Amino acid sequence: MLLALVATALVAVALLSEELFPRVEEMWARHRARRRLTPVTAYDPGRERRAEQRARALLRSCVNEEEWAMYRDLGFIRVWGTQSDGPTESDATGGAAYAYLIYPHRAIVAYLAQTHRLLNEYCVAFPDETRPYGSARLPDSDDVLAKWMALTGDENRLISTANMHLPGRQLDPTRVKRDLWRLSQWERARMRDAAQNPTSTPLDTSN
Amino acid sequence: MKPGHGEVLIAEGDVELAEDELRLIEEFRQQLDAGLWAAVPMIDDAGRRQAHMVKTFEDVPRDADRVIFFPRAAGGR
Repeated sequence: MLLALVATALVAVALLSEELFPRVEEMWARHRARRRLTPVTAYDPGRERRAEQRARALLRSCVNEEEWAMYRDLGFIRVWGTQSDGPTESDATGGAAYAYLIYPHRAIVAYLAQTHRLLNEYCVAFPDETRPYGSARLPDSDDVLAKWMALTGDENRLISTANMHLPGRQLDPTRVKRDLWRLSQWERARMRDAAQNPTSTPLDTSN
Repeated sequence: MKPGHGEVLIAEGDVELAEDELRLIEEFRQQLDAGLWAAVPMIDDAGRRQAHMVKTFEDVPRDADRVIFFPRAAGGR
């Protein structure tokens, strides 16, 4: 009797083995795959900070001393417009001088230099189409430098590429007006300093 | 300029040396083919600093000490 049961069990195991072995093998492989450590690139918290430091050094080497000091002290750069009648046809200035304020990762704001009337916002981005870096954005100072180069190098091209909006779409007009007031105060202080110390660079501090 | 990395040196060389110039031209083309814009920071006769956008290697002044490549501008939100 016992012999018969053992024989039957052996036959049953033999018959089932064809079905069971692949499943057991698959389960084992899955188990190992789950436990396998996948190599991950360690997050480097200093990478973006170093990138920004390099970007600041590059910006400083390209713009003039006044623009660099403006960015360092106020957080934006002013670039004078060069078109005889304003940045666009809809913004005809009648020959009045105008300028742009460049903020990092914000719209470029055009305004009339004398009256500080805001003309328009020009929303522009510099998306990286290359891989695998397509998801990250430029460091702040690189974004400012890219706008500065595009504006001083080919103002028309940049303005026609940008999405134009009325003032207030992205930047609070009150804040922009306040920045323009800060800029005028800052310029006065520089002029005072230059008058008092003709040999020194106005308000020059390292970095 | 590379997002997340800042300034990255792509290539350097002396344009007066034929071998270096060929390598620089090749790198220049690759960057423009990748969709980047190229600019040369300059100081004009009046002492003003500005950028000169270049589309071909011939546009780059021979005495330029660097060309900066940056992502092409697009309309933002």
